[in-house]
Parts: sequence; structure tokens; C-alpha cells
Amino acid sequence: MAAELHVELVAADRSVWSGEATLVVARTTSGDIGVMPGHQPLLGVLESGPVTIRTSDGGTVIAAVHGGFISFADNKLSLLAEIAELSDEIDVQRAERALERAKSDVDASAERRADVRLRAVATR
Amino acid sequence: MGAQLRVYKRRIRSVTATKKITKAMEMIAASRVVKAQRKVAASAPYATELTRAVTAVGTGSNTKHPLTTEAETATRSAVLLLTSDRGLAGAFNSNGIKAAEQLTARLEAEGKEVDTYIVGRRGLAHYNFRERKVVESWSGFTDEPTYADAKKVAGPLIEAIEKETADGGVDELHIVYTEFVSMMTQTAIDGRLLPLRLEEVAEEAPKGEILPLYEFEPSAEDVLDALLPRYVESRIYNALLQSAASKHAATRRAMKSATDNAGDLITSLSRLANAARQAEITQEISEIVGGSAALADATAGSDK
Repeated sequence: MAAELHVELVAADRSVWSGEATLVVARTTSGDIGVMPGHQPLLGVLESGPVTIRTSDGGTVIAAVHGGFISFADNKLSLLAEIAELSDEIDVQRAERALERAKSDVDASAERRADVRLRAVATR
Repeated sequence: MGAQLRVYKRRIRSVTATKKITKAMEMIAASRVVKAQRKVAASAPYATELTRAVTAVGTGSNTKHPLTTEAETATRSAVLLLTSDRGLAGAFNSNGIKAAEQLTARLEAEGKEVDTYIVGRRGLAHYNFRERKVVESWSGFTDEPTYADAKKVAGPLIEAIEKETADGGVDELHIVYTEFVSMMTQTAIDGRLLPLRLEEVAEEAPKGEILPLYEFEPSAEDVLDALLPRYVESRIYNALLQSAASKHAATRRAMKSATDNAGDLITSLSRLANAARQAEITQEISEIVGGSAALADATAGSDK
């Protein structure tokens, strides 16, 4: 059995996903970071962006994460985000509408949020 | 029907209607308590993970941050009071307000100026009526607070604490809210949110766990910078949720006793109504008996 790490993806008001994984890729403020089992303890600040979790059964879970933290210790990885959505929870039409709206309102952060959602969906 | 009896009947009808309303409100509140409790539970994982992270940075590095260092002489404090928008919740709001007033008095005795921030229309109305200064207030979400609401509340508070005291900033942040202990017990408590006491935070984290030496990305200062405001938001969110759950529990209890009292009132009123009806009947019988006796006497007299 390949080495595994336990992942908890939690949003402020709920626990979004938890399970075993072999690789987690997330975007921190200083660039993308990949965490595999046995990584050294890490605490980082996340940018909003898609998070890719390669589960131990070979599947892939993609979530759109808007701001938060990644912390890894003892083979346990926690992704804390104010808002986190799994890619299959995202309503594409709504995200597209939000993107249009954000573009016309010149709301950079809203545009970024919508963009991240769409990218998470595109890779699923 | 006699006048007395009619009055009783009317009162019974009106109390019965009131009882139906309070009963409905009790049941609505009961279902909302469950929902609010579930939300408190759902927010727990985020709060625990965040607490762990804060402890890790706080103990694993010797960074100084305005939000963790105590000012040598604190001259100004912010007090955030959480109340509800609507009443009919027994002593819920007055307990919270009382706790806030005690805290304010204590802080003022220590020679600090107090800035008051209020959530909920009830608390605001109390302060406005007494013409006390409220720096900022929020309302409209106390029944079902969301994380976005907590962020909205936390924003100005964090801003105020980051500002220099001379420019109108504050040195400390206290929060007064009603803790949801159980369905029957809710207590108004006050606590200091900032500056953070790391020892206290460490106590909240699971015991007997040796914290690993973290690598910080990008740096310990930046992580702490980003972490602490989130920590405050999450604490305020938790307080809002507990407050909402407590409010619903208090409403449920208040409405339950109102329903019980209405039931008692109906029982005693029906007894009085029964007595009045009986008295009426007795009176009618004695009138008939008296009348017929008089009639019999009169006819007997005329026969002779």
C-alpha cells in the first residue's frame, strides 16, 4: 500500500471533504505547493485557487478554495478556507454569470472568485 | 346568559387564542434551537483547526504581532455586545446587556475608555434610549448568522485594534455574548478576544500533543498576519452562533411558560365561569320556587 496522508478540507461553516490522499496540490502566496506523505510540517497561507487532491483510490477531488491556510503535520493535512466548494458542487452557469457581473462592475476579488470556480470545474 | 358569565367566557376565548400563538412560537423556537446547535457543531472543525494553527505559530516562533502583544498601559477598550433583533426571549437580552454594563464599569474603573459595538436591535435600542454612544452596530442577521456576517462585524474591530491608540484605535477587544450551555441553561459571559493570550489558546488545543516544528510559507510573520484576523472572525462567528442558539432556547422557554400560564389561567377562569353559571341556575331556581310559592299562596287566598 502506498503511503497516504489524511486530508481535512474545512470551510468556516462546514466540513467539505475528508479522506485519504496520496498527493495534494494547493496554491500558496509564494506559488503552488505539492504535499505528499511524509512532508515536513508546514503552515502556509493559501491564495484563492483550485486545490487538487489525488485520493488513495486513484480518483481526483478538485475544490475551489478562496483564501485560507494549509497546515501539515503528522501525515495529517488540513486545508482551512473561509469558502471552499468541491468542483461538482459548483453551478457553472451561476459562476459564469458572476464572472460577467464582476467584470462589468470591475470587482477584482469577485472576478477572481468566479474565475477560480470556473477553473476548478474545467479540470474536473 | 348572565353578564358575569359572558365576561368569563370572553376572557377564556381570548386566553385560548393567546395560548395557541405562544404554543406555535414555542415549537418554532424549539426547531430553530436544533438548527442553530447544528450550525455551532458544523463550525467546530474550522475553529479547532484554526486554534491549532494559531498555537503552532504562537509557540513555534517568537514573532511579535500587534494582536498578540499587550500594550503596557491600555487606555482604550472595545466591547462587542451580542444581543438579538427580537424580544420575547425572557431575560436573554437584559442578561447580556447587564453583563456588558458590568464589564464596561470594570474597564472604566481600570481607567480605560470604552468603545461599544453592538449586534442586534435590542441592545442598540437599549443604548440609544439611554443616549449612550455606540461606535458601530449591526442587525438583521442575529437569528441565523452566516460567516459573512461575522466578517462584517470583525472588520471594523480588527481595524480599530490595528490603529494606534492616539488615532482612535483601541488596545483591547472584549466580547459579551450568551453561551449556550444546554437547552435549559444559557449564561451571559464576557471574554477578552484581543490581545490574544497564547497560553489560553494553547489550553484549548488538545492536550498531550507535541507541536511539530513547522516550516512557514512564506514566513512566520506573514502567516500570523493572515491567521489572526481569521481567528478573530471565527471566534466572533462562534459567538454569534451560540448567541443565536441561546436566543432560540430562551424564546422556547419563555413561550413554554407563557403557554403553561395560559393553561392555568384557562383552568381557573373556567372554574369561575362554572361557579357563575351554577350561581345563576341556583338563583333562577330560587326565583321560580319563590315565585310559584307566592302564586300558590295568592290563589289559595282568593279561593277561600
